[in-house]
Amino acid sequence: MAKFPYAPAPESRDVARLKPSYQPYINGEFRDGTGEAVKTINPADETPLAEVSEAGEKDVDDAVAAARKAADGSWGRLSGTERGKYLFRIARAIAERARELAVVETLDNGKPIKESRDVDIPLASAHFFYYAGWADKLGYAGFGPSPRPLGIAGQIIPWNFPLLMAAWKIAPALATGNTVVLKPAETTPLSALVLAEIIAEADLPPGVVNILPGGPSIGAAIVDRAADGAIDKIAFTGSTEVGKIIQRSLAGTPARLSLELGGKAANIVFDDAPLDQAVEGIVNGIYFNQGQVCCAGSRLLVQESVADELIVSLKRRLSTLRVGDPMDKNTDVGAINSAAQLAKINELSDSGEAEGATRWSAECTLPERGYFFPPTLFTDVSQSHRIAREEIFGPVLSVLTFRTPDEAIDKANNTPYGLSAGVWTEKGSRILSMANQLRAGVVWANTFNRFDPTSPFGGYKESGFGREGGRHGLEAYLAH
Amino acid sequence: MPTKTKSPERLRVRKTYKLYIGGAYPRSESGRTYPVTDSHGELLAHAAQASRKDLRDAVRSARGAVTGWSRATGYNRGQVLYRIAEMLDGRREQFAAEVAAAEGLAPAAALANVDAAIDRWVYYAGWTDKYAQVAGGTNPVAGPYFNFSLPEPVGVVGVVAPQDSALLGLVSVLAPVLATGNTAVVLSSERRALPAVSFAEVLGTSDLPAGVVNLLTGFTAELAPWLASHRDVNALDLTGVEPAARRDLQIAAAENVKRVHIPAADTGWDADPGIARLGLFTETKTVWHPIGV
Repeated sequence: MAKFPYAPAPESRDVARLKPSYQPYINGEFRDGTGEAVKTINPADETPLAEVSEAGEKDVDDAVAAARKAADGSWGRLSGTERGKYLFRIARAIAERARELAVVETLDNGKPIKESRDVDIPLASAHFFYYAGWADKLGYAGFGPSPRPLGIAGQIIPWNFPLLMAAWKIAPALATGNTVVLKPAETTPLSALVLAEIIAEADLPPGVVNILPGGPSIGAAIVDRAADGAIDKIAFTGSTEVGKIIQRSLAGTPARLSLELGGKAANIVFDDAPLDQAVEGIVNGIYFNQGQVCCAGSRLLVQESVADELIVSLKRRLSTLRVGDPMDKNTDVGAINSAAQLAKINELSDSGEAEGATRWSAECTLPERGYFFPPTLFTDVSQSHRIAREEIFGPVLSVLTFRTPDEAIDKANNTPYGLSAGVWTEKGSRILSMANQLRAGVVWANTFNRFDPTSPFGGYKESGFGREGGRHGLEAYLAH
Repeated sequence: MPTKTKSPERLRVRKTYKLYIGGAYPRSESGRTYPVTDSHGELLAHAAQASRKDLRDAVRSARGAVTGWSRATGYNRGQVLYRIAEMLDGRREQFAAEVAAAEGLAPAAALANVDAAIDRWVYYAGWTDKYAQVAGGTNPVAGPYFNFSLPEPVGVVGVVAPQDSALLGLVSVLAPVLATGNTAVVLSSERRALPAVSFAEVLGTSDLPAGVVNLLTGFTAELAPWLASHRDVNALDLTGVEPAARRDLQIAAAENVKRVHIPAADTGWDADPGIARLGLFTETKTVWHPIGV
């Protein structure tokens, strides 16, 4: 099939207004951290973007002290109406600087500019706007007539949606009157530090939000402070492995915990589904953000009678995806976030072949520099293969087949994870029956990877507990 | 329970206190029993001392019952829970005597305690077809999608029942677990075990499907670690575990990211139960579908 030629349409890097160096934001001030200064890398070309001064143990203590002072003082005493107005300010400021933030995000993360521009940044702004409105209405949220904040929320977020995850964490915490110590991921600190500028410019009282760039040791230090009683709640988004470590660390302590962990979602296509739409949904499900999405539809379960036809269509569609420079507005699939992640994707994909599955990758020319992986799918996959069980967190789809709805349910639920699932069929009663039986926190029917601030998100089983988004998302930050 | 009778002419028929697993009343596979005494230290009976294997059997039976019970309609579950209240009410004097012996309550207080337990089933029976309306709803997303959230049962809940309140405490932690569609493996009060065993007989005559509740008597310190680490248990209620022993169980529970409930300060079982316990062992599921023609 002939490919339409596209001339490059690069977004301007200057829009990001990158600074040579970035600092932690503690007690209302930007200052050098006591950790190391590290370079953050553009994964699309492996060049350094900026230097980031990482936080150290002392900075964690200072941030916690500042957050405590704010929780007990200026922020704790503020009315819900005024708290909400600060959040509205942040929402507006993110929208105002949306283009800048989108470019920062794409440079630091490697995701296509059209995704950061059309998904990450608008949703981050919308999330603040949504929770802003809750701040003076908490008595109506169904958690008692006058719910109280917990105190300090320690928040640890991943690198796949850096700004959006910061918004998911900070907005509900502030709306409910908590203060925040947040650690962005080590490979993607920049957008959170631009958000810190926005928060500073919004005149939030010092200590209400503290942002500490750093590696796993800083995440562990934040969890330790919670175990010691200095932090009241931990909210973590990341791997199930680390989630379990945190759950153990907080055992026997009064600290509250919410976990949003890994997934291995089934995307189930019945023979009566509109296959063209399903193909688009499958592509969105696993190749969106290079598949680096905890709720990615990484296991395609297709009814046997349409499997061959669907796979042909899918391969044809994947061959038209444009893989390459994330800053090009035409790019569909950008860079993998880090060399380490690329190595993990390679290792698991190799295991797929070694265990007997058949690999197919879209023919595409990958850039010579940077961390890239072509859209890939595996057929002849059995449920015992690692690529059908483990979270790959990359643009790799494992295709399995089924004959009956019961078999589809059994296979879909045959995983320790339970974050999301997809169903494609034209039959309404079947959609509702499948949605009932799928053990997953989010079920997308005839769509996939939709997100909204009003819509609760979170997992069953080893995908974690607690919900983010919507009225339900308030509960994780309220004492009751 | 060997009720001490004043009429010497007839020997009472004593009950063997056994476990309740999968709708049946087996002895412990281990053959072990332990003495249970009243509040004055007088022997009441020998109760079954459940083993790790009994616990695994109980979990298997609870897992097998999840599909049927969780998919039963709220109306149906409500009728079963109400039926439990009916059966309990029919035996309230017996339970009052057992509770009085176990907890050392005066007869009137014991009867009030049993009545509160009966009313608790009535209370939760009414929740079964209402909780989803209170905890769920539609979400007004910014796009052409119909989006709703519903509470769903978490699955198999391991319940360590309160040690102090043999019947009312047990009922207060168990009823909300069942009302939201979960199945349960319950470790009864260790020292005040007999009312729980008799209560299992009530469950067995209340149209409750086999396996929905499995009740074990025995040593909490021996059984709770197996319950906490069992990979097929989804959630854990540690109400009946003394605070110092909770940490190790929470660590074990992290192995499969169990939802663990640690009660806040003890408010007593007489208090209005409110809505809080209904939410402990539910998951919120959110479903999206496009709106179009």
